[in-house]
Amino acid sequence: MTEIDVRLERVSKFFGDVPAVDDLSLDIAEGEFFSLLGPSGCGKTTTLRMIGGFEDPSLGTVYLGGRDVTDLPPYRRDVNTVFQSYALFPHLDVFENVAFGLRRKKVGGKDIGQRVRDAMSLVDLEGFEKRKPTQMSGGQQQRVALARALVNRPKVLLLDEPLGALDLKLRKQMQLELKRIQEEVGITFIYVTHDQEEAMTMSDRLAVMRHGQIEQIGAPELVYESPATEFVAGFLGASNLLDGELVRNQSDVATVRLSTGQDIHFPASKVPSDIDTLVKVGVRPEKISIEADEGEPPAGANWVSGLLRIATYIGVSHQYKVEGPGGTELTVYVQNLGAEEAPAPGRKVRLTWRPEHTFIVKPSAALSPEEEEE
Amino acid sequence: MEQHVPADLHGVEPPRRHRRLGRSASPYLLGAPAIVWLAVFFVIPLVTMLSLSIQTCDSITLACKLTWHFAEFPNIIGRYNDTFVRSLVYAGAATVAALVVAFPVTYWIAFRAKRKNFFLLMLLVPFFVSFVIRTTAWYTLLADQGTILSTLKNLHLVPESFHVLATPLAVIGGLAYNYLPFTALPLYVALERIDRRVMEASHDLYATRRVAFTHVVLPLAVPGIFAAFLLTFVPAAGDYVNAAILGGTNTVMIGQVIQNKFLEAADYPAASALSTVLLVLMLVGIAAYAKFLGSRTIEEYV
Ligand SMILES: Nc1ncnc2c1ncn2[C@@H]1O[C@H](COP(=O)(O)OP(=O)(O)OP(=O)(O)O)[C@@H](O)[C@H]1O
Ligand SMILES: [Mg+2]
Repeated sequence: MTEIDVRLERVSKFFGDVPAVDDLSLDIAEGEFFSLLGPSGCGKTTTLRMIGGFEDPSLGTVYLGGRDVTDLPPYRRDVNTVFQSYALFPHLDVFENVAFGLRRKKVGGKDIGQRVRDAMSLVDLEGFEKRKPTQMSGGQQQRVALARALVNRPKVLLLDEPLGALDLKLRKQMQLELKRIQEEVGITFIYVTHDQEEAMTMSDRLAVMRHGQIEQIGAPELVYESPATEFVAGFLGASNLLDGELVRNQSDVATVRLSTGQDIHFPASKVPSDIDTLVKVGVRPEKISIEADEGEPPAGANWVSGLLRIATYIGVSHQYKVEGPGGTELTVYVQNLGAEEAPAPGRKVRLTWRPEHTFIVKPSAALSPEEEEE
Repeated sequence: MEQHVPADLHGVEPPRRHRRLGRSASPYLLGAPAIVWLAVFFVIPLVTMLSLSIQTCDSITLACKLTWHFAEFPNIIGRYNDTFVRSLVYAGAATVAALVVAFPVTYWIAFRAKRKNFFLLMLLVPFFVSFVIRTTAWYTLLADQGTILSTLKNLHLVPESFHVLATPLAVIGGLAYNYLPFTALPLYVALERIDRRVMEASHDLYATRRVAFTHVVLPLAVPGIFAAFLLTFVPAAGDYVNAAILGGTNTVMIGQVIQNKFLEAADYPAASALSTVLLVLMLVGIAAYAKFLGSRTIEEYV
């Protein structure tokens, strides 16, 4: 087991009476790439700020490298931050912005020059040293903020949507760079992002937050394949959810009976321990195959039938919207192999998937409109 | 498909768009009240003053005639040389004192206080009282037999002969006190404008509170300090009330001389010449000051 680098122990932060972070505990290992995901206002920035020392937790303890740092000011923590708002020094040019931390640590003049140049080339900004931050575009400023933090080679780097202002190409390039630096230097990254794909591809583990609490934490595959709650299922990728009742949860196979009376089977190991009988079962759109509703359904597979409403051709795949049991809208992605003929809208179709691709979640309280948008 | 370009459009620039008349005129329209104001209350008096300084007046009828009589200048510069120097020194000292007093207060209000507007108002409330009354109040407080000095003398903390009035200290103190709002407000605005997130970034990059102050707050407050200096120094150098009420015969400032020449001696050419010299001194001083701070900096800050 690697060492725990960052630990939050039952941390809460109240602004007035409203909890921005609510009794949150978290362990992050040394050298880990950890992402925080969640809708706007769920407390991601506040969590980072408490680790960085900019916000005092109302309750709870923050540990860095095993040491209680709850009462330590930011400048005594070996942590650097890439702020969501960049927060560059307006009176200093780019070189001095990047060199700021090194100068405070009394790094020698020659080393400073070299390290700043390296950091500048890392973020692809050579030649911008003499500019003032106000003379740069948003994306360029963001990269200066990144260089300014990276140049210090801290033990822990907090990144609050560090690539938010970049275009897709630069974003992909910076993602690779960041991942490379993180692995090479062995920095612990705590990374806040809105982009699920970014979180999935880059993280060792990620946490999905909601209302100041962690809904689920785990490796990206785990969280994606076996979301713990309806909220996580909906937040991370598209998902199809059907209401049902847990009727059997014994030995190997568990069964959920849908409102139509049809049974859905899946491995009992996927049933969360604290679940009620009223549940939702789900399956990811790309796990479903779609065919005409004729003949016997395949044995051993889960299936539902429905009415194909919309078929969309999007190049690499076909996307179908199907009206399933009880009027639920189901989404199906089928890779465009060019072999079969695509089903036409208006037809009765059967959707099948394998039992092990099924997941079961607790129904969440209704999503707020803001969360629906995400 | 190939784009078809009509042959006769090759090499022809697209017609330049003209700005609408209303739009190009609007800055002038918006500036009109200020322009009229400046013309009536600044340019005309200034020209009058400049021309008066080279006129000759009949001492009985007070009728003046433009005689291009420049001799007044070397004459008054010779006579009031000391007074000019004293005025600039007093004004400079008062400005520095006001900055030293105002900076911590405004820093505290801008960065730490919860009810900023309340404390800012508290800072300014004394100045709602008339200038002359305030200065007279100081006179009463500092008088040789006033509460403060008599108490100190009774306690034998200061010698019996000790006095404050009529000393340079009294005049400089009065100036610093009376012009404090002109120092405090620009400072406050500059400090208030500093982005708290930038302060956080400096702490993130290992800057202690002290380093953050010297490397972030202070440089970002320079425009405010510059403005505060100008707004305090310029009126203080021409002030005549403080020196008249709190000062004595050894602390005469140029403002007093000008006032005296204009209102009592009715020596308009000399008064105008003195004013002109003061004006030129100020302009030269400010230009040097700006040069010192670097012209680009000024552009950015003012
Ligand atoms: N200084 C503050 N005073 C009062 N409320 C605050 C303050 N900072 C944050 N909040 C509230 O705390 C909650 C969490 O805010 P936070 O900035 O952590 O969200 P976030 O997850 O980073 O959102 P986003 O993705 O939009 O950046 C929000 O409801 C916000 O309104
Ligand atoms: Mg945020």
